[in-house]
Amino acid sequence: MKLLTVIVLLPLAGFLLNGLLGKRMGRSFVSIVGCGLPILAFLATLRAFAHLQGAGPEASLVEHAYQWATFGERSFDVSFYFDRLSAVMTLIITGVGSLIHIYSTGYMKDDPGYARYFAYLNLFLFFMLTLVLGRSLLVCFVGWEGVGLASYLLIGFWFEDPAKAAAGKKAFITNRVGDAGFLLGLFLLYWALGTLNMDEINAAFMGPVAPAVSASLVGILLFIGATGKSAQIPLHVWLPDAMAGPTPVSALIHAATMVTAGVYLVARMHGIYEHAPEASQVVAVIGVLTAFFAATIALVQTDIKKVLAYSTVSQLGLMFLALGVGAYGVAVFHVYTHAFFKACLFLGAGSVIHALGGEQDIRKMGGLARKIPITFVTFAIATVAIAGIPPFAGFFSKDEILWFAFASEHGGSPVLWALGSAAALMTSFYMFRLLWLTFLTPSRMSHDVEHHVHESPFSMTSALIVLALLSAVGGFVHVPEFLEPVLPLATAHESLEHLEHSLVYVAIAVAVAGFVLATLLYRQGLAKGDALAARFPRLHRLLGGKYYIDELYEAVLGRPLHWISDRVFLGIGDRFLIDGTLDGLAGLTRRAAGRLGRVETGQLQWYVAMAVIGIVGCLAWVWRHV
Amino acid sequence: MADLQVLVWLSFALFATGLVGVMIRRNALVMLMCMELMLNAVILALVTFSLRTATLSGTVLVFLIFVVAAAEIAIAIPIVLQLSRQRRSLDVEGYDSLKG
Repeated sequence: MKLLTVIVLLPLAGFLLNGLLGKRMGRSFVSIVGCGLPILAFLATLRAFAHLQGAGPEASLVEHAYQWATFGERSFDVSFYFDRLSAVMTLIITGVGSLIHIYSTGYMKDDPGYARYFAYLNLFLFFMLTLVLGRSLLVCFVGWEGVGLASYLLIGFWFEDPAKAAAGKKAFITNRVGDAGFLLGLFLLYWALGTLNMDEINAAFMGPVAPAVSASLVGILLFIGATGKSAQIPLHVWLPDAMAGPTPVSALIHAATMVTAGVYLVARMHGIYEHAPEASQVVAVIGVLTAFFAATIALVQTDIKKVLAYSTVSQLGLMFLALGVGAYGVAVFHVYTHAFFKACLFLGAGSVIHALGGEQDIRKMGGLARKIPITFVTFAIATVAIAGIPPFAGFFSKDEILWFAFASEHGGSPVLWALGSAAALMTSFYMFRLLWLTFLTPSRMSHDVEHHVHESPFSMTSALIVLALLSAVGGFVHVPEFLEPVLPLATAHESLEHLEHSLVYVAIAVAVAGFVLATLLYRQGLAKGDALAARFPRLHRLLGGKYYIDELYEAVLGRPLHWISDRVFLGIGDRFLIDGTLDGLAGLTRRAAGRLGRVETGQLQWYVAMAVIGIVGCLAWVWRHV
Repeated sequence: MADLQVLVWLSFALFATGLVGVMIRRNALVMLMCMELMLNAVILALVTFSLRTATLSGTVLVFLIFVVAAAEIAIAIPIVLQLSRQRRSLDVEGYDSLKG
């Protein structure tokens, strides 16, 4: 029995069933297929996981599914590879994915595009599983592009709204930039090694003979791909806009799974990065800068989903920081905890938006704790988890990231640690700010909205409860140690080891400080925060404007492109050259026809004369030539 | 022999007269008559050559031309009649609006 193939194909079956039949078969059919097949995939994953555990820590299951293409002696196979790293990712994807599917049955209940929504969501799962289970980087790349497509379809799910359709396009095009880097990396690897199987590539780089290709170059190219998918500077601009999609989509694709694909890729190709200190340094610096700057932007956002979006970007930055300092397992640990608490936060935000009938502005919320208690409690647990307060999940992973950023022999430095800690402080601050403003401060809702506030149905709250539980206790599963057989962990400088405990206390202090600051500023409502913003108007505008990165891209890339398209391609190329040639030919024909037309006078005599001239001409020609 | 040569010359003269008549006269009826003249010139040439080569095919063609000429005149005369009724004139220059 080909278990891995089954895992991958189950959601595809869901996509086909819902996509082709869903509209005709009704909502209960769509719900059963849409949720049932991911759950089956989750169960199959558990089974495969049990097999893997039975086979020992370094074992891997390899399954050949299909021979894609053969060129001479080389062939490209679709085969699946299941080791502890892909196991963790697959469990997250199918597990959290199933929960979010169940949640969606409540959230999207009244949407006319119900079947389409579940079809897309299943399609996404299919591609995401292809991505993490594919043995060859080529298969991985197919999944990589596929999740991009599913993401595009789901961001623009309500495509009647041009802004939402535009957000989908932005995500797709920004990702394309990163994909170019990924593809170049693929070409380079295939050229140098003649294989794209990830285990073989790793083995080649770890082996005694160094491959004939620069590990740093390949590493940086693959990382460019990762910056696109995982929204790192400078390609982070698409993720906040991606919040235009339905909220469960933000939870699944733009928080828990797809955006961590870049982290997975780098962790999977750790063989390259271990031998590429320069590339690793780039990863770490980009990661920590993203973590820091995204956190500063999140401080002033007023849209509940935008806060969470920038928080996601920031957390992804922390993951890349861990990757950059050689703590691959720790990065995956943070992927794992982040999947729980960020999915919980997004679903909680969805529940709030659902309760308020579509309102997303936290300045118009407040006092919701009593009205939607389950949402509040789960949201609070997830907030505590992301803020990094022990013993909740986020604390463990974040603490380890910061420790390795400080002490790793693979490029750790106090600067990285300081910036990471600052990001952690801000994370704690803006998350508690969100919690206060949404749930605890006196209500700022209009009377109408307040009247309609209601707790979400069980299908939604059940997913919230499970995810909140996992955010609370998930940190006790020590993922880095579990992954160590497949993902070697960087060693810490021995001279620094005595600091480990003190740094744990610093991390806790940082998290608590964020909580205290947020409480001081926002306990009573918006007044103090607004006063603070008024004291630093320029800074506030800079952060509120997201450092004007979008405007910068518009000025540097958008406008010149427009100019070139408008003036050169449209003006010179299309209007002048192509249209000019065609118009010129047409004009020539018309003018020539006009001149020739004058011969047709309507005078019979003239016609006869012409005929005689013609006949005489013909006769003369015949005379000369026969 | 010389008789036949004379006949060919006569045929040429008749044809040339008809052609020039069609080209320079404006009166539609005169043009038609000139066209008949050209046809008769052709018939004369055919008969002459038929005699000269002692074959029948030229003579057969003469009968064909008779038929065609009869049909032509049967159609042409009514057309000219209609035109002259419309324009109250037989001058072909007045008909140039027919060019479309």
